[in-house]
Amino acid sequence: MHSTLIALVEDKPGVLNRVASLFRRRAFNIESLTVGHTEQEGVSRMTIVVDSTRTDTQKVVQNLYKLVNVLHVEDVTEAPSVMRDLALIKVSANGGGTRAEVLQIVETFRARVVDVALKTLMIEVTGTDEKINGLVDVLRPYGIVEMVRTGRVAMARGSGPSE
Amino acid sequence: MKRTGAEIVWEMFKREGVEVVFGIPGGAIMHTYHPRQDFGIHHVLMRHEQCAAHAADGYARVSGKVGVAIATSGPGATNLVTGIATAAMDSSPIVCLTGQVQTYLIGTDAFQEVDITGITLPVTKHNYLVTDVNELAETIHEAFYIAKSGRPGPVLIDLPKDVQMAETDFVAPEDPVNLPGYRPSSSGDSELVRKAAQLINAAERPVILAGQGVLMSGAMQELMTYVEKTNTPVGLTLLGKGGFPESHPLALGLMGMHGEAFVNKAIQEADLILAFGMRFDDRVTGKLAAYSPSAKRIHVDADAAELNKVVTVDVPILGDLKLVLEQLLPQVEPRTHETWLNMVADWRADSRRRDILRRPENGNLDSSALVAAHFINDIWETTDGQAIIVSDVGQHQMWTAQYYLNDVPHSVVTSGGLGTMGFGLPAAIGAKFGQPDREVWVVAGDGGFQMTMHDLGTIIQEKLPIHIALSNNNHLGMVRQWQEFFYDSRYEATPLVNPDFVKLVEAYGIPAWRAETRSEARQAVEEARKHDGPTFVEFRIVETGEEGNVYPMVPAGAALDEMIRRPERRTGSED
Ligand SMILES: Cc1ncc(C[n+]2csc(CCOP(=O)(O)OP(=O)(O)O)c2C)c(N)n1
Repeated sequence: MHSTLIALVEDKPGVLNRVASLFRRRAFNIESLTVGHTEQEGVSRMTIVVDSTRTDTQKVVQNLYKLVNVLHVEDVTEAPSVMRDLALIKVSANGGGTRAEVLQIVETFRARVVDVALKTLMIEVTGTDEKINGLVDVLRPYGIVEMVRTGRVAMARGSGPSE
Repeated sequence: MKRTGAEIVWEMFKREGVEVVFGIPGGAIMHTYHPRQDFGIHHVLMRHEQCAAHAADGYARVSGKVGVAIATSGPGATNLVTGIATAAMDSSPIVCLTGQVQTYLIGTDAFQEVDITGITLPVTKHNYLVTDVNELAETIHEAFYIAKSGRPGPVLIDLPKDVQMAETDFVAPEDPVNLPGYRPSSSGDSELVRKAAQLINAAERPVILAGQGVLMSGAMQELMTYVEKTNTPVGLTLLGKGGFPESHPLALGLMGMHGEAFVNKAIQEADLILAFGMRFDDRVTGKLAAYSPSAKRIHVDADAAELNKVVTVDVPILGDLKLVLEQLLPQVEPRTHETWLNMVADWRADSRRRDILRRPENGNLDSSALVAAHFINDIWETTDGQAIIVSDVGQHQMWTAQYYLNDVPHSVVTSGGLGTMGFGLPAAIGAKFGQPDREVWVVAGDGGFQMTMHDLGTIIQEKLPIHIALSNNNHLGMVRQWQEFFYDSRYEATPLVNPDFVKLVEAYGIPAWRAETRSEARQAVEEARKHDGPTFVEFRIVETGEEGNVYPMVPAGAALDEMIRRPERRTGSED
């Protein structure tokens, strides 16, 4: 089981380090952590995926609030929200036959081919964990040469900002 | 007005009410030291930076103000770390200022460069590396505010040399500080307070567990009112001592690993536990699965992360204890709890019978062996319980907690959470500056004393009238006791070959005595108290065996009521 937290933090040097250090010190099990800018200047946004079978999400929230630079934390696991992960997957597609099959799969998953090389294709896909895992499973037999995933980002649905 | 970074440091310290700082200079901080005299702030030159942090800590604990420690970069900064961690574990408000190499050298492994903000990240409440002199005043202002407010703790400011030298127009920071993510708690959620009152009014066997939060929130009066209205007995944590007078009939005294058996018994038999400003440390709870099995639990704390951290509670209230008690008081009904208090009184009488101070052979002041309880009791009696009592870490720390009973708040200084040997002497130096008019005694073991005894130099340089009591058992006593109980009495690495402590201390020009019997102990304490300056008494106590052990004791990992107790002997009087 995973839960998803959104944390708004002050965009100051070392804040990511503080958050990471906290997780390590309290032995919290974290699946992924993404950071980026927001609509507000000076505020960064983290999406933190917690392995909630091994770590009490509430404790993560309480401890994040102990950090002076953490402005707001929200648990969106149960809230209606959009969660996305982006992956770049380089897959072998040597012969003409396999190449066509891979393209077919890309189509089905609504992914995109973003680079074509002699022996490989680079595929970009966004979606939920499950969708990306599904695509990876199907591509694996063709030979995945390289893969990178961004980790989850999340936003609550509806017209207001996450609060 | 143009000011250098160095001048801004002192200007801001002055504005924050700092009167004294503890430190050691060095290349990366001497620029800051240079203008100090112009600002009228006293500097105490310590003999080790660890001691500077402990002194700032001791100062903070007795004065309620923020203590300040200063060190140079590199080794000066790393030497502070044990002191910072000690303050962090005991929520003590200190601000540490460290010099740093010039900003353009940071990250190059320059001479005496360490990443002290990185190193202290997990042991500070917050820390700063200031790279722009224009941010310095604001940063210092924030640092003091963060250190002191909410759940207090240490804050470190790392200040590169070029920032100390840079000039700018000094602008005094404005209140309130601009910390949008920092919200110290205030009053409790009224619905939770109502729930708590319901549990309280239904309880038959309630016990209060009072921690340091009582002292920090200044809730002593509210606690007293609560206790007298509801007739609830009060157990104390080590750092909670002084939050409720131990001479009060409803005071139980120290709980936990070396608490009296009757206190732990009361906790185990309670049907309601009221945890006020404490954090269920493992030294307090014993085995969690067997902790106070039939009690409902109410926990009030200023730190949300403490609620439901180790013990799951029925009513977790986030808030400042004083305010929460004010909310709670009108909702709780007056109670007598006669049956419950009688049960507790019976258990208390049983504990009393085993007290080493009540043994008949104690009557013979010259032939019976000297145990720590004797001389601590002597200090307690002669000072009328009014002294500030600082202890180091080990057996003598537990004996001090057991036998120096405290009625006066902010009088107990000891390293509880981290258990830092060597804390006592430097913390006493700080405490003396924090409360110059009060008598200060420090009790240390022969092991821990030798970890920081170099700061005797600070004591004579500052002419500090501190009384030092050395509890000498020629062993790392507490570890030796564990070896006796749990490791076949194999005294591995615990016997100490010691110097002549009296001579050693006399070399500093400090009057010193050695006491080997009860009558000598009493005399030495009285003699020491007649002196105006620092004094030292070495108490030669029983080294091993039953009289050399701290009782009772909950073995690590055992339930609170599975205590090893002092063997019972026939005594003359019952009470
Ligand atoms: C810095 C540090 N090192 C080691 C320990 C482990 N330790 C805890 S109590 C103790 C023995 C203390 O001996 P002493 O200072 O002589 O006091 P006593 O227990 O004999 O009263 C030791 C080594 C510690 N708490 N702190």
